[in-house]
Amino acid sequence: MTKEEAGNGRDDMEIDGSEQANAVPDGFDANYLRIYYGKLFPHADLFKWMSYGNDGKHPACDKSYFGRREFSFTLENDIYIRFQSFNSVIELENSIKEKSPFKIDIGPVYSVDPAKRHAYAQSGDNVFTPVERELVFDIDITDYDDVRYCCTGADVCLECWPLMTIAIKVIDTALRDDFGFNHILWVYSGRRGVHCWVCDGKARRLTNEQRAAIADYFRVYKGNENSHKKISLPGPVLHPFLARSYTEVLKGFFEAKLLPNQSLLSSEERYEKILEMIPDASVASELRGRWQENKRASMSKDDINLVRWDQLKSVLQSGKQKTQGIRRCVEEIVFSFTYPRLDMEVSKHMNHLLKAPFCVHPKTGRVCVPIDPNNCDEFDPTTVPTLSQLVEELNREGLRQDAENEWDGTSLGESVKFFRTTFLQPLLKSCKEDIESSYNAKLQQSKNTDTLSW
Amino acid sequence: MEVVQSHRKSSSNNVIVSTLPLYRSAPPLEVRLEDFELFAMDRLRVLKGISDGLSRGKKPEEMEKLIADLWKAHMRHPQANEEANKDIISHFVLRLVYCRTEELRKWFLSMETTLFRYRFRFESSEAQRALMSEFKLPYKAVSNAEFESVKDKLGQVARSMGQTLVATDAIFYKVPFEEVPELVAGRRVFIHKGHAYVAMNQVVSLVVTQFRSYLSKALILTNRKWTSTVREQEKDRMTPIVEALCTSYLGPDYSQPSEVGEISLKDIDQISKTSFPLCMRHLFEKVREDHHLKHGGRMQLGLFLKGVGLKLDDALAFWKAEFAPKVSAERFDKEYAYNIRHSYGREGKRTDYTPYSCQKIISSTPGVGDHHGCPYRHFSEENLRVALVRMGVSSRAVEDVMDKVRNRLYQNSPRLWMNLALLCQFQESNDVVNKQGVQEHNVAEFQGQAVAVSAVFQWGNLNF
Repeated sequence: MTKEEAGNGRDDMEIDGSEQANAVPDGFDANYLRIYYGKLFPHADLFKWMSYGNDGKHPACDKSYFGRREFSFTLENDIYIRFQSFNSVIELENSIKEKSPFKIDIGPVYSVDPAKRHAYAQSGDNVFTPVERELVFDIDITDYDDVRYCCTGADVCLECWPLMTIAIKVIDTALRDDFGFNHILWVYSGRRGVHCWVCDGKARRLTNEQRAAIADYFRVYKGNENSHKKISLPGPVLHPFLARSYTEVLKGFFEAKLLPNQSLLSSEERYEKILEMIPDASVASELRGRWQENKRASMSKDDINLVRWDQLKSVLQSGKQKTQGIRRCVEEIVFSFTYPRLDMEVSKHMNHLLKAPFCVHPKTGRVCVPIDPNNCDEFDPTTVPTLSQLVEELNREGLRQDAENEWDGTSLGESVKFFRTTFLQPLLKSCKEDIESSYNAKLQQSKNTDTLSW
Repeated sequence: MEVVQSHRKSSSNNVIVSTLPLYRSAPPLEVRLEDFELFAMDRLRVLKGISDGLSRGKKPEEMEKLIADLWKAHMRHPQANEEANKDIISHFVLRLVYCRTEELRKWFLSMETTLFRYRFRFESSEAQRALMSEFKLPYKAVSNAEFESVKDKLGQVARSMGQTLVATDAIFYKVPFEEVPELVAGRRVFIHKGHAYVAMNQVVSLVVTQFRSYLSKALILTNRKWTSTVREQEKDRMTPIVEALCTSYLGPDYSQPSEVGEISLKDIDQISKTSFPLCMRHLFEKVREDHHLKHGGRMQLGLFLKGVGLKLDDALAFWKAEFAPKVSAERFDKEYAYNIRHSYGREGKRTDYTPYSCQKIISSTPGVGDHHGCPYRHFSEENLRVALVRMGVSSRAVEDVMDKVRNRLYQNSPRLWMNLALLCQFQESNDVVNKQGVQEHNVAEFQGQAVAVSAVFQWGNLNF
């Protein structure tokens, strides 16, 4: 979906006096944003999510919980306001509608209402400090610029988007299978990456040190422009997590998609980059020799990249290679091109702010929609609904009976439904169960304290 | 009277008991006051030995042996329960001694934790498991059935770290991953559904962390109790002993150096010309010339002489005699003797002061009337040249040295001090060869002394 089509301009459906209503270019418009917040943005869902079950009537609900969450708004002209907090869904909704922020960020839940933070110390007994925060990850495709040739910088296309798909699969599997987390939300960042929100209670209560440990568990890539080889996989055998990632995700994507799509071995400039990663100069020059001679893939109709990759693998993994470092090189090359590159700082600190889902990206106009990790192969960033598209759709829909669910008739409907059924409802159910059981445990305990039980 | 045996719980069906106490509570025992002090001093010898080993950078295998030897030498007792009592009592007495300042607590915590770590390693795995359960750590040993199901993965993890999984005595613990962030971060454990499978040798560090954390808190509480009630209550009994224990001189006795030969007063003159480094020779000559040295010079030369093997009595005699034209005997005793005794660890804090290192000497700032510091650093070119010539260094060597000094000073590298120190040594050995007087002396005797002095010089001044 690229350009907006010129609509049929029904007279009774003009929007707010704007003459370009039905022939609007792609992108972002402040007026449309207002409409978006007015009719489409899922305020109530955001509120329910952020309440984590504390919005009910149950005696064990912490009524202060939602009010202690920090939000920050970026307004037009880059005006940035932090430490926004709200005590109810109405307050949240009204503030967003009124301010129409270009970006909404979500911060941690603090020990006290952020609005009152100045009354509290920074250290000692009575402090203003984060107490809960989702475990979050931010993956940005610009961190992969050294391994993608189709785009650079903020651009993204279907040739390089698989890098994000890989990241989602590798991280999601590890979060569930290794760490035992269940309530995970993946979100398109609106332009060139993905965010991950891990919302289990255990995750929200992790310390900075524990978050850093998880981020380090995921970290493999350690490089900058000065190093040739940025992935180093020592040891005779890979850790089960890396091995699984390699066999289940990385190898397949590399050989089937990235190698041919990015033409990683077709030209000298490109294959040199890979040859540089081979620590043994004689092996590298052997391959170089073969490829220089063989500039055209004359013999076969197979993709030259695949042919050369097979040659590389057979040389590196042949029984003749004594040093294990050489054999391991194949994996290192694959990891270099595919393994997820996380922004460590985002994950390590509880007080790091991250953009809220369902925001609209100001540069692209695209909505930050959830991504289904079980179907992330199908996700296409180029067809994500844009602000103007949605407004256009609203126009065409006309008046609805059900003013609360205007999104339903638009392209956003699918995303909201997905958010609710696969993420929000299971999460809230689990939260309520936790609240119930800890309440019951406390009741039991207070009954027991009068009598010495052991 | 309750006996401390309660720390040694026998497991229900076997006789494996841990002899490693956790020092959770003060023993309700009666202790003779003299044992109070003696036990503590013995343990202190062990802790200081550990401190010494650590500062000398001993490797784990060496530390293991050192600690075993230290414990055997000082803490053993033929009767097992007497040994356990001594262990516990000495620990608690030292807690009183070392709880009183942040620095003391830090030192004590560090040494006791190291001691605990190595003693834990000596224990059998059953004893280790028993100890772990005493810590009430939420770690469950992996059942055989479960082990079979994850054995492959555990083996993979071990091999990824270059180790092998010895299936027969491999004990693993299932731990929430949040408890072992370091192991998770380094991918040194297999994790599944939020649980990390931690190998026995990895568990040791967790136990030690718990021990350390507990002792750290306990020391703070002990300090509070000490300052608020105990010190006053015990002012006629325990308090003087506790306060003296901390300062007691238990380290190597510098008045009788064992590795280095002794130097007697009559030898000093001779040796100063042949074997002293330039800075010390300069100070020595100035003392002889001026019959006085300012404080900086007295410290630098005095500690050096102590390190070289000059006994306290000889040192006192030396300085008294040198100062005699300017300072009366009574005044000397009043104003200078105490400080010399203090340097030798016989007064006050009883610290065994070591001779200054080259690093310290080079970075000192001699002022007007001072003669200490490093000539290669602090002397003007002229003066340095004069000093070298006076020592009998050949003119060619002098120029060589001057050149090097200029270069090194110009570089002002971070290791300037080492460069200058090496230069000094280099010069010294050259000087020994160049000096005409060498042939007149018995070479062996002279060399012996030179080696002795140099050995100390190396150790004392070059201990970097």
